[in-house]
Amino acid sequence: MQLHISSHDGVPIYLQIVNQVKYLVASGRLEPGHELPPIRTLAEQLLVNPNTVARAYRELELAGIVTKRRTAGTYVSETASPLARRERLKIVTERIDALLAEARQMSIDSDELMELIQERDELMTENRARRSNHDRE
Amino acid sequence: MIASERDTADNVIEICGVTRQFGTKRALNHISLAVPRGIVFGLVGANGAGKTTLIKHVLGLLKAQSGSVRVFGLDPVKEPVKVLSRIGYLSEEGDLPGWMRVDELMRYMRAFYPTWDEAYAQDLRRQFNLDPAAKVKTLSKGQKARAGLIVALAYRPELLLLDEPSSGLDPIVRRDILGAIVRTIADEGRTVLFSSHLLDEVERISDRVAMLKEGRILFTGELDEIKQTHHRLTLRFDDERQQAPRIDGVLSWEGRGCEWTAVASGRLDALTIAASALGAEVIEQKALSLDEIFIAQVGRPLAPAEEV
Repeated sequence: MQLHISSHDGVPIYLQIVNQVKYLVASGRLEPGHELPPIRTLAEQLLVNPNTVARAYRELELAGIVTKRRTAGTYVSETASPLARRERLKIVTERIDALLAEARQMSIDSDELMELIQERDELMTENRARRSNHDRE
Repeated sequence: MIASERDTADNVIEICGVTRQFGTKRALNHISLAVPRGIVFGLVGANGAGKTTLIKHVLGLLKAQSGSVRVFGLDPVKEPVKVLSRIGYLSEEGDLPGWMRVDELMRYMRAFYPTWDEAYAQDLRRQFNLDPAAKVKTLSKGQKARAGLIVALAYRPELLLLDEPSSGLDPIVRRDILGAIVRTIADEGRTVLFSSHLLDEVERISDRVAMLKEGRILFTGELDEIKQTHHRLTLRFDDERQQAPRIDGVLSWEGRGCEWTAVASGRLDALTIAASALGAEVIEQKALSLDEIFIAQVGRPLAPAEEV
């Protein structure tokens, strides 16, 4: 599990851990049943306070993303998948909000923005098709 | 368990109203501070703010001119042996005996501390790649700091005191020092107090911080709480303004015309309400790093009301 902590971007470190684990689970890179590193190990790896890692794990447990097992150890919940979609939507929603805010400041209205998204999507689909054709040859 | 839930009786360090004068300079001005067991406490402030003087009081190297200092419930000036045997200390200077070899230094320190863990000491020495036969004075600054770290950690002290440990060191040695702090705190019940002006390090590992300026505590609290109560807000006004607006809690303003950016302390909703009362819209809002908070807090002149 590779996480990256930045002390420059203002987001509290426990929240950076929570968000990144959520993201890894949502994107399928951390599968249900996968064991998270022990608090101490992750703290030493990231060079952050173990209390901070413990807090992040508690938040993840409260959110149902991970489960503590009696035999010690923290695991990605088996039930994480329905939640994963919600998390995925949340991540994308945040990006959309940022995009909308920026577009508004540059006086590009939402109709124009929708057209632009459509255009980019078509372009991306085309490119992908071309690439897979190329791979086949 | 977060620190605020702890029993206040379980403070490893208790400093009450300590004042220290050097000639005409007041190095510490009515400082009160408590460090609960099991946390990392970061002391930040500009050079000359009083961090080292404060740490010297904890070590009992300086006697409080007024007020009191208690470490493990004891007066470190009156009971230096009982207190110092439980503290691991590393300073920027390192003040190790230069004529000793690394192995001699380790043997020498071991004689003082009944709790010395030789296997741990040797582990650290190998990990730090320190030649046991090398004279301390021939070591590089980074290797000296590592040697200092071994003799501060090997007896597994209950309290680790680090005074600007990373000052002037390369990133790899700084990593070793941070790693040592993390390992120390991961051992149940150990406490770390460290001073630093490298605020990204402080932000990474501290549970609590105190910000010193000119011998006084500007503010102290849980790091997360400090971060939650400081914001950068960009406001947009309908009309151009010649002067920065006035809003309670704002530490500094930047901008001109219709857009002004504030670094502010306080609750976000209160700040937003204050902004809209002035007819402004908050168009951007961002959390701040400790570095940015420090600059905003320390950069502003002390209000007359705060003078004692």
